[in-house]
Amino acid sequence: MGDFVMPSLGADMERGILNEWLVKPGDAVAKGDIIAVVETDKGAIEVEVWSAGVIEELCVDEGTDTPVGTVLARIRETENPASEPSAAATATPSPPPEPVATTPAPPAPAPSAPAEARGRVMASPWARHLAAERGVALTGVTGSGPLGAVLGRDVPAAAAKTAHPKPDKVDQLAAMRRAVAKAMARSKREIPHYYLGTDVDVTGALAWLARRNASVPPPERLLPAVIWLKAVAAAIRKVPQVNGFWQDDALRLSEPIHLGFAVSLRGGGLVAPALHDVDQRTPVELMRAMTDLVTRARRGRLRGAEMTDATLTVTSMGERGVERVDGVIYPPQVAIVGLGKVVERPWVVDGEVAVRKVMHVSLAGDHRAHDGHTGGLFLNALADALSAPEAL
Amino acid sequence: MTEAIQTTVLDLLVELAPEFEAGDIDLDEDLRDQLDIDSMDIHQLATRLYETFGVDVPESDRAELTTVRRCVAYIASNR
Repeated sequence: MGDFVMPSLGADMERGILNEWLVKPGDAVAKGDIIAVVETDKGAIEVEVWSAGVIEELCVDEGTDTPVGTVLARIRETENPASEPSAAATATPSPPPEPVATTPAPPAPAPSAPAEARGRVMASPWARHLAAERGVALTGVTGSGPLGAVLGRDVPAAAAKTAHPKPDKVDQLAAMRRAVAKAMARSKREIPHYYLGTDVDVTGALAWLARRNASVPPPERLLPAVIWLKAVAAAIRKVPQVNGFWQDDALRLSEPIHLGFAVSLRGGGLVAPALHDVDQRTPVELMRAMTDLVTRARRGRLRGAEMTDATLTVTSMGERGVERVDGVIYPPQVAIVGLGKVVERPWVVDGEVAVRKVMHVSLAGDHRAHDGHTGGLFLNALADALSAPEAL
Repeated sequence: MTEAIQTTVLDLLVELAPEFEAGDIDLDEDLRDQLDIDSMDIHQLATRLYETFGVDVPESDRAELTTVRRCVAYIASNR
């Protein structure tokens, strides 16, 4: 028997609200299945289960505020390797949610459980998002979709009737600011940061990107961020000491390269979910994954692994016109890379002054885990990777 | 025809930024300023315009996507 517990979905998360169960007793689950939605200070997160089995018992009711580590469900574990996706498969983001109703597997009999606890409410992903956002319990909504599934259009009417108040946007933002404040204060309190930076000529990288984008239709075009992330991953392969965690007074290197990608939320707030296996993906695959991740981050549909798996974070402030950013490390990571705005600068090329496109790249490192020499090697490797984008 | 294009463009923008309603979007105000959108959103908008109208907005013309009115005019003249 295994326990499914309230996960820690961030460095300083202490509690979470079990927003919604997506399974019921008797349901079979495979490793990587999303079985619950948890409300955190950083929004609603879809939480996966990491062992295969059958749900024996749901121990916590929807809407319950529980500490991290609380047993939420008991799972009777089974040997079911066929149903377990590979690591690569679980790391691949799902396509954006379609606004259609989903049909769950036929419910297993569980006569002792109340009706609402027995069956998962059939609802489209968009309806679930709207319901969570407006504080509407899906169990009370009359669905207009196939087999009575709740669709997005059903939620506003239910919201008007429901006794649950719509979450106050100001409160949500305040909670997110508190979560960011807690993590960043811990970082500045515990991590002895060192900072390095250098200007990199990215003229060639951007010219290569422009040529490539001009030769393919719009859906296959890339944003510069894809090249930057691929270059960071390539530099990590050469200088892996920056990729990992500081835990139990030691540096724990990570073989996978999962880059936290800072996403600003409309109206305020910031999350840095993980893009998995950046070095393994082609630029086109990475572009699709990044688009999907940003879209879901802004719609409050991130998954638990995306909140906890990042091995190094990349923050880019160029969009906002900022030429230089020295980041604050997200614990327990040991480094953060900052990317500034691309600007035109006079630059010496082959002994001649020329106008080139230049970007400031920075590294904030955890001095407990490595030192400035290592950081310098990393930045040089990053500059080298940016000079040969066709190899990324 | 222009009105139909405008309606579709507004629908695409609301799809990208569901925090807003079509009626709230000023046709002449910079989209980045009023909807808080970034290059990823602009990229997605260009992709959706291509899929919807068959009009390719190359990167050299991305400035035409700064307002709804300019966007509609670009689509109308390049269909």
